[in-house]
Amino acid sequence: MAGAGGRAPLGLRRWLSSAAPAPRVCVVGSGPAGFYTAQHILKHHGGALVDIYEKLPVPFGLVRFGVAPDHPEVKNVTNTFTQTARSGRCGFYGNVTVGRDVTVPELQRAYHAVVLSYGAEDNRVLGIPGENLPGVYSARAFVGWYNGLPENQDLKPDLSCETALILGHGNVALDIARILLSPLQLLRKTDITDSSLAALACSKVKRVWLVGRRGPLQVAFTIKELREMINLPGARAVLDPADFTGLESAVKDASRPRKRLTELMIKTALEKPVEMQAAAAGAAAPREWGLKFQRSPQEVLPSADGRRARGVRMALTRLEGLGDSAKAIPTGDVEELECGLVLSSIGYRSLPLDPAVPFDSQRGVIPNSSGRVEGVPGLYCSGWVKRGPTGVIITTMNDSFDTAQSLLEDLQGGVLDLSPSREGFGLVESILHSRGVRPVSFSDWEKIDAAEVARGKAAGKPREKIVDPAEMLRIIGH
Amino acid sequence: MKETGEREASATGECPGLWDDGQLGSATLRVTRQKAQPLPGCCLLSAQELGPLGNWDLLYLRWTPLSFANLSYSSENQVTVHFINRDGERLTTTAKEGESLLEVVVNHNLAIDGFGACEGTLACSTCHLIFDKDTFQKLDAISDEELDMLDLAYGLTDTSRLGCQVCVKKWMDGLTVRVPMDVSDMRRQLEVGKQSKQ
Ligand SMILES: Cc1cc2nc3c(=O)[nH]c(=O)nc-3n(C[C@H](O)[C@H](O)[C@H](O)COP(=O)(O)OP(=O)(O)OC[C@H]3O[C@@H](n4cnc5c(N)ncnc54)[C@H](O)[C@@H]3O)c2cc1C
Ligand SMILES: NC(=O)c1ccc[n+]([C@@H]2O[C@H](COP(=O)([O-])OP(=O)(O)OC[C@H]3O[C@@H](n4cnc5c(N)ncnc54)[C@H](OP(=O)(O)O)[C@@H]3O)[C@@H](O)[C@H]2O)c1
Ligand code: FES
Repeated sequence: MAGAGGRAPLGLRRWLSSAAPAPRVCVVGSGPAGFYTAQHILKHHGGALVDIYEKLPVPFGLVRFGVAPDHPEVKNVTNTFTQTARSGRCGFYGNVTVGRDVTVPELQRAYHAVVLSYGAEDNRVLGIPGENLPGVYSARAFVGWYNGLPENQDLKPDLSCETALILGHGNVALDIARILLSPLQLLRKTDITDSSLAALACSKVKRVWLVGRRGPLQVAFTIKELREMINLPGARAVLDPADFTGLESAVKDASRPRKRLTELMIKTALEKPVEMQAAAAGAAAPREWGLKFQRSPQEVLPSADGRRARGVRMALTRLEGLGDSAKAIPTGDVEELECGLVLSSIGYRSLPLDPAVPFDSQRGVIPNSSGRVEGVPGLYCSGWVKRGPTGVIITTMNDSFDTAQSLLEDLQGGVLDLSPSREGFGLVESILHSRGVRPVSFSDWEKIDAAEVARGKAAGKPREKIVDPAEMLRIIGH
Repeated sequence: MKETGEREASATGECPGLWDDGQLGSATLRVTRQKAQPLPGCCLLSAQELGPLGNWDLLYLRWTPLSFANLSYSSENQVTVHFINRDGERLTTTAKEGESLLEVVVNHNLAIDGFGACEGTLACSTCHLIFDKDTFQKLDAISDEELDMLDLAYGLTDTSRLGCQVCVKKWMDGLTVRVPMDVSDMRRQLEVGKQSKQ
């Protein structure tokens, strides 16, 4: 590993020159958090060995199963992850569910340090009547469906209605609105799954309302995604200028991102009359979308036969407080919004993994300081399970570097037990074998990847994702 | 241990020299594909001129300096650029006129962690750089798309730009830009500070 010492953080150089045993680190989860944590450790410690365990046979977490199919440029980040995985000091073991196939204490006995980066696999629930009616879907399941996540392939959302209601004003809500309203020819060239493309081709949805419980100054989505929506071909933005009265001056002193975002909404709302004229002239876009504010979902209303959703009753709210921390207080008034499709996009949620790992179920995170799991030396966490389910890839990158830094400091400070009996994968392999679990290596994944790319080629898509894990395993001869 | 064996073979066999830690974690940039085409004429070669690179079947191709580095330039086109890395270290390199600052970092293997994750497609803001005020004012205008992406950057300043959107010009000779610090860098600096006091 010549040359590594020169690039290590100053404090580590001295340590690296001594002949210490190679620390073995285990990372649970192969999303951005797992890969960025691994990358930072490998890069700044010339001797460390890192093994990444992943539940699915395929890597990259939400970059593959969350990031929208029409955002291929975001997925370029997997090139960097692939570089990391191909390192001689990094192992990848897919198809291994930690907590079921191997427990965290078992991993702790096999490795000198364990990093939990398993993301947020569940979603928040509204907790209102009617939430489980047919026609109501969580954004997480819907996204998983169009992105080929195996567990969501049977979702088969009913798109036979004209109006869809998306609850929540985050970027996931905008992703879904865009997928529902995008011209088919745009989606056809993406890696969206064939079956969801077929379903979208038959979709009757032509109007999408995004409903938030707070106001325009509290939206959680970001300007790039909003602008994309505004510029979506064939879809018209319907924003009520009244919602934005007085906001121009209110954001004068706000941060630049908030200010620009608000100004774009105001501009779009005011442009409306021009577009209306165009509409009158017969150039109307057949599809439309809009933002509704200060409406908190109270009940999903059943159809007359009680068999499916026909709308949502909203409690109108007023805002108490200013800016990000403003609270939505029901005014007592309600409003019913008719729709045949309800998508609840109010956030993801992490789940506890193993009784041996502390978990704050209130906040849905593993309690930690700078990534060190509270009260469990040698155990770390990074990404959404550390911070909660918000933040883009660069946010996750930074907090993963932070966790890796803690781990490197602990290595340097002699905090970790570096006994050679912790053999790493060797120990875990026998456990997995005894339980009938066969891990998928990174070169196995590369075969699956090649098969997907080949399948996509015929249709002019970057790839056709394989959605059945059994089929993935057949391809690699398992 | 089938998996381990395979993995090592592919790392040392097919890609010799790849696993030099200097390359680890830096962008595997091949061609700057700018979806939003924010700065036409910025780069010397357009994606079309370089052929259909950037396809997904090229996912695993590494950065081979086939483009910018191999073109011949007279020394008149050489511009010295300094990057102040997160840990305060100064990285100095000779750039060529027309290269984007992202290409400078990638072509010269500068060890800036996580830089250029989206490979210059205006989708990540990991190429965020901070300029001094005078230089900033002389740069070409910022597109809305770049501003949109900058709005997601951490440590945003009034003189921030995205490195993949700024092209090296002759007048920039001697340019110094700063990589914004993240949480772990600030901690690392504290550590170093503590050690040097001891
Ligand atoms: C719909 C959606 C779209 C997004 N789009 C963008 C975007 O365009 N740009 C952007 O910058 N950010 C985007 N983000 C945010 C970005 O995806 C996150 O910041 C990032 O993925 C979080 O990384 P993570 O590694 O913590 O979690 P994840 O990416 O979820 O990775 C967790 C991994 O752990 C695995 N795992 C879970 N349980 C176990 C277990 N028991 N054992 C082993 N492995 C396990 C999972 O299978 C998964 O691979 C988006 C997020 C969502 C939800
Ligand atoms: N293109 C991209 O860059 C991209 C794409 C997708 C996702 N992401 C990122 O991934 C992260 C997760 O996105 P997300 O959209 O799932 O989450 P989010 O950004 O946290 O947005 C959640 C939304 O749900 C609302 N909400 C929460 N609880 C609610 C309740 N009980 N009733 C009504 N509304 C409720 C929130 O409103 P309040 O503010 O009032 O709580 C907020 O508008 C974000 O950081 C996002 O930026 C990025
Ligand atoms: S490299 Fe991603 S925005 Fe510049």
